[in-house]
Amino acid sequence: MNKTVVKTPEEKKRSFFSRPGSQKFIVLLVVVFLFIFFSIFSENFRKYTTILSIMDYSYYIVLMAIGVTFPLITGGVDLSIGTGLICYSLAGGYLVVHCGWPTWAGMIVSVLFGILIGMLNGVLVSIMSLPPFLATLCTCMITRGLGSICSKSFGISWPTSGSEGSWFRDIFKITIGDTKYPLGFVWVLLLVLLMAFVLNHTKIGRYTIAIGSNKEATILSGINVRFYHIMAYVISGLFAGLASIAYSAVFSTVQPGTGAGFELEAIGGAIIGGVSASGGSGSVGGSLLGVFVICLLKTGLPYIGLQANWQQIITGLVLIGAVMVDILKKKKAATV
Amino acid sequence: MGDTILKMKEIDKSFPGVHALDHVNFEVRKGEVHALMGENGAGKSTLMKVLTGIYTKDSGSIMFEGKEVEFHNTREAQDAGIVIVHQELNMLGHLTVAQNIFIGREFKKGIRIDDKKMNEEAAKLFGKLHIDIDPAETMSNLTVGKQQMCEIAKAISHEAKVIIFDEPSAALTETEIEELFKIIRDLRKQQLGIVYISHRMDEIKVITDRVTVMRDGGYVGTLITNDCTKDDIINMMVGRVIYEDPKTESTVPKGAPVVLKVENLNAGRMVQDVSFELRKGEILGFSGLMGAGRTETARAIFGADPKTGGDIYINGQKVEINSPEDAVKCGIGYLSEDRKRFGIVVQKSVAENSTMAALENFVKGLFIDKKTENKVAQDYVESLATKTPGVDQLVVNLSGGNQQKVVIAKWLIRNCDILIFDEPTRGIDVGAKNEIYKLMNRLAEEGKSIIMISSEMTEILRMSDRIVVMCEGRKTGEIDISEASQEIIMNMATREI
Repeated sequence: MNKTVVKTPEEKKRSFFSRPGSQKFIVLLVVVFLFIFFSIFSENFRKYTTILSIMDYSYYIVLMAIGVTFPLITGGVDLSIGTGLICYSLAGGYLVVHCGWPTWAGMIVSVLFGILIGMLNGVLVSIMSLPPFLATLCTCMITRGLGSICSKSFGISWPTSGSEGSWFRDIFKITIGDTKYPLGFVWVLLLVLLMAFVLNHTKIGRYTIAIGSNKEATILSGINVRFYHIMAYVISGLFAGLASIAYSAVFSTVQPGTGAGFELEAIGGAIIGGVSASGGSGSVGGSLLGVFVICLLKTGLPYIGLQANWQQIITGLVLIGAVMVDILKKKKAATV
Repeated sequence: MGDTILKMKEIDKSFPGVHALDHVNFEVRKGEVHALMGENGAGKSTLMKVLTGIYTKDSGSIMFEGKEVEFHNTREAQDAGIVIVHQELNMLGHLTVAQNIFIGREFKKGIRIDDKKMNEEAAKLFGKLHIDIDPAETMSNLTVGKQQMCEIAKAISHEAKVIIFDEPSAALTETEIEELFKIIRDLRKQQLGIVYISHRMDEIKVITDRVTVMRDGGYVGTLITNDCTKDDIINMMVGRVIYEDPKTESTVPKGAPVVLKVENLNAGRMVQDVSFELRKGEILGFSGLMGAGRTETARAIFGADPKTGGDIYINGQKVEINSPEDAVKCGIGYLSEDRKRFGIVVQKSVAENSTMAALENFVKGLFIDKKTENKVAQDYVESLATKTPGVDQLVVNLSGGNQQKVVIAKWLIRNCDILIFDEPTRGIDVGAKNEIYKLMNRLAEEGKSIIMISSEMTEILRMSDRIVVMCEGRKTGEIDISEASQEIIMNMATREI
């Protein structure tokens, strides 16, 4: 008998929610909705300067979120990116401000420092088999301490606008004539596209998903899982380094001892954007949109009279919602 | 049959506490299907894992195409042309079919992975094998049977010279098995060496040229399939181990009361309208292929998965079971097929594990009464003949069979009258298996009622008083042991619905 395999009805009819990319679309709607909502209820929110400040606040979080998407997809996490960011910025900034290094050299130091810590995370998780939560919690503490040591416990101000070596601030916000333009958004978008390509169309991305999907099977497929597992954390560290540049450029002074909690906004954004809390799936574009949900809430809620505490509570609730969607999707997939 | 392509000689391998392979010999010729047989725990999978570099051998030699080889990982074995189709599916659910098949050797355009070409190549591969699967489909959307087909396609795509099938038919329907055999015969014609590991005697007779039998990690012998009878093979497999006599008729007294009655149980796709009765002192076997819905049925009864419909009666009383807690209150104990995940807490002691389900009986005021706990645990260690240095021993240090006894003790201490054994002897070595069987028979004699889910036909036929057969989430048959045979059960288990 020639048995033709007919698609079962379950395979044919897949609900909207289980289709790839559906969550990205929903999150995009949420971003648009929040923007319109705040615009209607607050006159001040509608101003161009508000958009500028949302952008300013979003760059470093988006960059962290792009990076942390990779460890999250492997089923891990990277908690060291927040305090790491401050540490890298302080280290690079100290060399620029106090040792007379050129700005570009300081920036490179920031990024390299990020890659180094990322590599350390990767080795701890992949080779020493520490649980990612624990490994990166440790490097979170380490980078916090290192940051203070690097700057001798003083705040560091990278060259301010107008002074020599301040060109890097223009990368993110350029003034043409009398108007300021959020140029950084262009770079962020390009990086999102680049990393989306890496995730979906290169070996690094493919194996990141494979590790999160079934690590044992990936090993048995003859893949150098250790290397690719480390790479996920290196990418996270690299982007924490890039985020530190954004942070240095947007804010006038970097204070040692801060940065704890930044990572939560990035991880939260990534999860709202559809990264599965248990690994295996997610997208860089989704993480970008997810961060904008968080940034809009953070910036917008004060405009309608809700203070920062409320913003955190609401962000937490939104996050619960996003994780619930993920769990429901999985349940559905399991019963189908 | 052609020249010898693979020769394993005097392979020896020990794990802490277990001599897994004891100077085993095994060879495969070009253009032959060579069966590797033995009871669970006989060492077949270990031998193949040594061959493909997952384990390192302690001594012995492997000759492949006339050269001595030693692989350090599956990749090296693959590259040399030895590929294994694993028993457990090694699928990456989030990736597509084509991405799974070509994992580790993706086609690339520059640094970009060429998914289009991978889909085309996968389609060609499926065309060659006459399988109809969409290469761009996400793996987790496929049925178990089709995932298995993908695994085979993946193995074949490696330009393999030797392919090892590790119980490939466990999850397949009868038509799918026929497809598989067609593929295997095709590969044999192309002068590949094929190792076929299976428990199913009928398949061995149909598809293989030679049979090598292993027992307790040792090499027993190699026979030409056509020259031997089933009994020859079984004798070689079973050897010195004397099992409980298989039941020929039910030992349940006539008129024994029904203790558990399940009516039209529904829970998702895997449990559809399942009804059955369980009598006092009965061992009710649940048979079926992998993915037939037996475990899901047990989990639904036990309240571990939500029910969408159906009634459960205990001793004639209708009960509501919505969580394992409810089930335990009704006197139902569940011994999971995956002991390490659901059955025991390995880093805790025998005593702590034994009393876990009935801890409230051992609490004095705010504290756990260690003394009574140890005493009760000790009583059960003695009555179940659990081999442990003491009740304070960590469970992780016990063998599989003794771990299972600790789980049994746990439910007995909780006074459970209905015990659901899900694959009770999985991962338990041959000698200890029989002890578990004896214990189950003894429990049944003492008036406990047992549901036994098992994928091993011999186990089902040896232990059950009555057998329920499931297929694709439905009950497809129920039969008394006096009328049951392997053929009848297989027919029911693969019945087209």
